[in-house]
Amino acid sequence: MNKTRSSWLPHPFLSLSLWLIWLLLNNTVSAGHMLLGAILALVIPLLTRGFWPETLCLSKPKTLFKFILVVLWDILVANLIVARLILGKRDHLQPSFLAVPLELDSPLAIGILANTISLTPGTVSCDLSADRKTLLVHALDAKEPQEIIDEIKERYERPLKEVFESCSK
Amino acid sequence: MPFAFELLLSALVLVGAVLTLIGSLGLVKLPDFYMRLHGPTKATTLGGGAILLVSVLYFSQKSGDVSLHEILITLFLFITAPVGAHLMAKAALHLKTKKVKRTGDYRGE
Repeated sequence: MNKTRSSWLPHPFLSLSLWLIWLLLNNTVSAGHMLLGAILALVIPLLTRGFWPETLCLSKPKTLFKFILVVLWDILVANLIVARLILGKRDHLQPSFLAVPLELDSPLAIGILANTISLTPGTVSCDLSADRKTLLVHALDAKEPQEIIDEIKERYERPLKEVFESCSK
Repeated sequence: MPFAFELLLSALVLVGAVLTLIGSLGLVKLPDFYMRLHGPTKATTLGGGAILLVSVLYFSQKSGDVSLHEILITLFLFITAPVGAHLMAKAALHLKTKKVKRTGDYRGE
């Protein structure tokens, strides 16, 4: 699949995000900026090609979209839960370190998972083991550690695996 | 600007400010370093998000154009806050920073 990718557009998703970010930064949709943004979006990935050895390929955009919505909703809930934990009695909190076994291989997918964990209810990702197989997570209030691990795996890791893994083979 | 719209914006600003305040409060109140990390990574993202949403709505209404560059701030906040927390936690683990005694450890080598 990688061989058929055109050499003047090595990272289509990177180019697309650069173009969108350029337009957002300038806060305009005028033709001039669209053109300038397009030129930058073509040139920057070509110049920085050496830093991006892997090509990102996304499959199942629907799963990705659903994942984003779930995460946004969870961020909302997470904020309220953490606000309550902070304001409530602190003696009841049971902080814990948890080891979450990972099934993802792609560094980008692991990065997104770690970011998601930090943004969602009561957990912050702390460390990734050297072999990229376990993610160390600190939970603010873990009365049932296994439940939290299962939720992370079911809710966040599975959709990410579907989106990123299907193209690495 | 219609009154109801102003009311909505004011409410959102207040919610954002309160959430950010709670996040900062967590930084003071929680007992150990790892727990303190939770306050700024979470409460602040939604607080900041609410305030930026107000900015989008207010300036879009005021100028008549859609103003969306605030979305970028939210995006960068969502990317940088967890990365910052992750690195601080990693550094703290490395330095063996004190944690409260009741911290459960399910690392299981």
